[in-house]
Amino acid sequence: MLEVNDLHAYYGKSHILQGVNFNVQEGEIVSLLGRNGVGRSTTVKTIMGEVAPVGSIKFKGEEIAGKNSFEIAHLGLGYVPENRDIFPTLTVQQNLVLGMKSNKSQGRWDIEEMFRMFPNLGERAEVNGGVLSGGEQQMLCMCRTLMGDPDIIMIDEPTEGLAPKIVEQVALLLQEIASRGVAILLVEQKLSIALKISHRLYVMGHGKVVYEGTPDSLLQADDVRAEWLEV
Amino acid sequence: MLEIFIFATLNGLVTGLLLFMLASGLTLIFSMMGVLNFAHASFYMLGAYFAYSVSLYFGFWMGLIFAPLIVGVLGAVVERYGLRRVHQSGHVAELVFTFGLAFLIEEAVQFFWGPDTKNYQAPDILDFPLFTLFGQEFSAYRGFMIGISLSIFITLYHILTRSRIGIIIQAAITHPNTVANLGHNVPLIFMGVFGVGTALAGLAGVIAGPVLTTFPGMSIALGSIVFVIVVIGGLGSLAGAFIASLLIGLLQSYAIASDVGMPELLNLLGLEFERSHPLNDLWTLNLPRIAPILPFLLLVLVLIFRPTGLLGKREE
Ligand SMILES: Nc1ncnc2c1ncn2[C@@H]1O[C@H](COP(=O)(O)OP(=O)(O)OP(=O)(O)O)[C@@H](O)[C@H]1O
Ligand SMILES: [Mg+2]
Repeated sequence: MLEVNDLHAYYGKSHILQGVNFNVQEGEIVSLLGRNGVGRSTTVKTIMGEVAPVGSIKFKGEEIAGKNSFEIAHLGLGYVPENRDIFPTLTVQQNLVLGMKSNKSQGRWDIEEMFRMFPNLGERAEVNGGVLSGGEQQMLCMCRTLMGDPDIIMIDEPTEGLAPKIVEQVALLLQEIASRGVAILLVEQKLSIALKISHRLYVMGHGKVVYEGTPDSLLQADDVRAEWLEV
Repeated sequence: MLEIFIFATLNGLVTGLLLFMLASGLTLIFSMMGVLNFAHASFYMLGAYFAYSVSLYFGFWMGLIFAPLIVGVLGAVVERYGLRRVHQSGHVAELVFTFGLAFLIEEAVQFFWGPDTKNYQAPDILDFPLFTLFGQEFSAYRGFMIGISLSIFITLYHILTRSRIGIIIQAAITHPNTVANLGHNVPLIFMGVFGVGTALAGLAGVIAGPVLTTFPGMSIALGSIVFVIVVIGGLGSLAGAFIASLLIGLLQSYAIASDVGMPELLNLLGLEFERSHPLNDLWTLNLPRIAPILPFLLLVLVLIFRPTGLLGKREE
């Protein structure tokens, strides 16, 4: 349902994406792995229209390269950025309301239910987002995007800097998302969660996809891991 | 003494609220664009002139309704087809654009309405003393100015802090990309905020025109003070702009009402000068005469002691 073909992107003169190819099918969990600075974040930003794309990005068969971010979001693409950009001066509840694309909450998710799933957020519904812990902010950020009822959600390094216990919560939420038929593109550096929940994986190196496989095949491919993943 | 104080306070309130009607829009627009809109006070002037023209044919009340609407639409058009294009060329280009626009509007006003002062009058129904205190009258029109300003501010405050669209606007101002990624049309929101901001400036012109006179220099007269307010309050802070507006409104009003001269002031400070002193000209100064420069004095003081303004945040 998401098909990226020969995608290039530039920051000024530096050629960051040099022909990225991959796809995500309906309901699938796909991980995009790679070391620091290989262009994983740039890939999702380019899909979202935040960085100007050169090449083809098809979503549900429609070409979206060149569209505005808000139009792309309306087509059903959700994006959770790596910087956990919650709105610090708005309450948890208001942060969630912001994720909704219209006045009525409809679709797969609603606020009450999110608060039941994550009591930490529910108890702090009226608290400013800025005072939440890093893990709670990550949860809030993911829930906020879900409120827009996307058909695919692209999540950039959701576990970075989080305690193991919270990483588990993130993994649970990812599985909950998948169980409702929402496809996931998970951008990660560490293999831990990715190997556990992904159907397929891509490994990026120097602005290109250098490996495609399943968790099992990646576990076997020692050379790939050594060359492109392990530090 | 008490009567002077009460009337000075009321008049200061009228001026302060009027100033805030301009400063609030300017602050919101600044937070969005990152540059001060030098043409903001020009929209204020347009409001007064449009209202004057409409009132000639349809009366004051039609002018009150339609002039801000026309100015708001004009503002939205300026944002959509002017500023948004200039934005790609950076802040300096935007500044130059708003400067140019201010000149253009002033020239246009002189061209269409002439250089003379217009006889734009408060409506007859509001031409009576609202109350008389210690033998002094407070006009109903000034009471009306206070009432309309307060009700507009309360309404806007509720929309901005309680409604969904208000929350989206708040977030879009600080995190435009994130808000766009969530599916909100940020350029449209910016155009709307710009339109509402200029409509507020227009409304200020409509209600100030009859009191502060409607003439081609009215935008410059008030515009500089509004910039001072926005800086004193702290760039981008609505609450700061509100405090600074009232502060300057009251300060000026007290200065005008007090009939204190320089010698008395200096005596208060324990200083004594001879009349034949070389700085003799200073003696002829009195507070009412320095009232117009008070905002700028305050600006200098604030910039020395609190460079970010009263409620401004440091750039991160
Ligand atoms: N705004 C920017 N301007 C210029 N160069 C950038 C910018 N953002 C990223 N880059 C560069 O682009 C390259 C890819 O960055 P990207 O953020 O996509 O990496 P990444 O794979 O997400 O890694 P990580 O998130 O671990 O840093 C890096 O070399 C980075 O220095
Ligand atoms: Mg990254």
